[in-house]
Amino acid sequence: MAVTPLPKDAFGARVDLVAIAELVAPGARVLDVGCGDGDLLKLLEETRGVDGRGIELSQKGVNECVARGLSVIQGNADTDLVDYPDDAFDYVILSQTIQATGHPRQVLEQMLRIGRSAIVSFPNFGHWSVRASLGFLGRMPVTRNLPYSWYDTPNIHFCTIRDFVALCEDVGATIDKAVALNASGARMTLNAPWWFWNLFGQQAVFLLNR
Amino acid sequence: MERRTRALGEADQPSSLVMRFGRERPLVLDSGATIEDWQIAYQTYGTLDAKRSNAVLVCHALTGDQHAASRNPVTGKPGWWETMVGPGKPIDTDRYFVICSNVLGGCMGTTGPASTNPATGRVWGLDLPVVTIRDMVRAQAALVDALGIETLFCVAGGSMGGMQVLEWAASYPQRVFCALPIATAARHSSQNIAFHEVGRQAVMADPEWNGGRYLELGTNPKKGLAVARMAAHITYMSEEGLHRKFGRELQNREKIAFGFDADFQVESYLRHQGLTFVDRFDANSYLYVTRAMDYFDLAADAGGRLAQVFRGTATRFCIVSFTSDWLFPTEESKAVVRALNAAGASVSFVEIESDRGHDAFLLDEPEMFATIRGFLSSAAAARGIA
Repeated sequence: MAVTPLPKDAFGARVDLVAIAELVAPGARVLDVGCGDGDLLKLLEETRGVDGRGIELSQKGVNECVARGLSVIQGNADTDLVDYPDDAFDYVILSQTIQATGHPRQVLEQMLRIGRSAIVSFPNFGHWSVRASLGFLGRMPVTRNLPYSWYDTPNIHFCTIRDFVALCEDVGATIDKAVALNASGARMTLNAPWWFWNLFGQQAVFLLNR
Repeated sequence: MERRTRALGEADQPSSLVMRFGRERPLVLDSGATIEDWQIAYQTYGTLDAKRSNAVLVCHALTGDQHAASRNPVTGKPGWWETMVGPGKPIDTDRYFVICSNVLGGCMGTTGPASTNPATGRVWGLDLPVVTIRDMVRAQAALVDALGIETLFCVAGGSMGGMQVLEWAASYPQRVFCALPIATAARHSSQNIAFHEVGRQAVMADPEWNGGRYLELGTNPKKGLAVARMAAHITYMSEEGLHRKFGRELQNREKIAFGFDADFQVESYLRHQGLTFVDRFDANSYLYVTRAMDYFDLAADAGGRLAQVFRGTATRFCIVSFTSDWLFPTEESKAVVRALNAAGASVSFVEIESDRGHDAFLLDEPEMFATIRGFLSSAAAARGIA
């Protein structure tokens, strides 16, 4: 799905993926929704020893995953999550994908049904650079992380960190952990208030429970 | 006529390898009947490794045979899956030991209605008990036993071959390391049963069928079988593919002839498909094998709950379907994927974009090859196959 280029750590792994991996308990059963070419699943297998599965929309992504030995099915987050039984996974992960889904709320509810926990990472539309683009230039933002023009973007449901927190409340999910990454991929201060994260966090990663 | 003579000769004395089983190893069928003194014809490609861990069983479709990657002794044509099986191909015979056997009920050397019944010395004909997909798999399992192979690295096949793959995974989960069902379904749909019934009625309506005793009486229900093949052939192609190939082009004429000759190229093509088929295939075999597909319903014994059938399986699955296949549409494959997911199985699934309909699995489809090559390579690494 809509993966945006993000900084890498010293070992070449994308920092947002590392932030997700650190939330996953070793040996867990994991479903990665919108798994792309399988980078996160591979990272989780190698560093966390998970039993991983994936769903990916693009044929190219599925082929790459299958060739890497990952169990991935071609499918759509909006329509195919209903097919999974309750509690099938320890974690259901939606990495950089929620903004490209047709019905983010339903997707999140399905994730919390299928998995005991859900992990969601997304680009924060409340970041100051986005606000500046809209507020001062009056243009939809096109940045390194959000490289698409408004008319050809796959990202149809952007949200801010505060929007996402509100959605969690609406669906009755409890926020177990939250991490925000700044523009250079560094973790932001743990105890900062939401408004601070919402302004300066470029990426957010949430660990949710029912 | 020569091809037909060769075909008839293959039924008892196949030019491939053949494994014969005596009374000590009868085949007990789903119907309750038993076949004693039976045989299974097969081909192998590649070399079995020292640990006997690299065997791949390839299962053929309705009118296929054991000659997956070798010249067909009846038609003289290349094997039916040479695009897939061979040195350096996705099912790589440099790495894997490939076994392909003719199905029970077939007519290329495995016991079928054209074989001689050893008990009577006469052709089996309709005296042969009706067989099922599970019976075909039982026969294959006996062959695999006789070859001294405990666990198959992979069972692969398309269409009816894919039904056998699913049956293997359900009946012998601990003997199948990975499974590759292509363009198939866990049960035959009502529409598919209906098409088969049309084909069978065409065969049985031919006066030369003679109640199934045509081999003894020296007749040949080729007209009926040709019509059956023509009707079936349409279901193997997509509307788009058929139109792209033939459109409304006329056959060797400038304008329509106001008659019932083959004016259109598509008519001529279908007639040719029918005619070449009757020389190589036994009409009664066509009845038996289509019936086996009709009876296939993997979840029937589990109260319709397919997930129950695969509970606890450790087999890795890779399921492949094609966008334009309306005989075994993607939705059928997805039902299997859903069941495997519910069973917690390891499953990959791809839907390949193609306008070639059901037959796409037999054709040059690079995306399918890439998927299968990758799936098998990673499974081989997990199994420690060099």
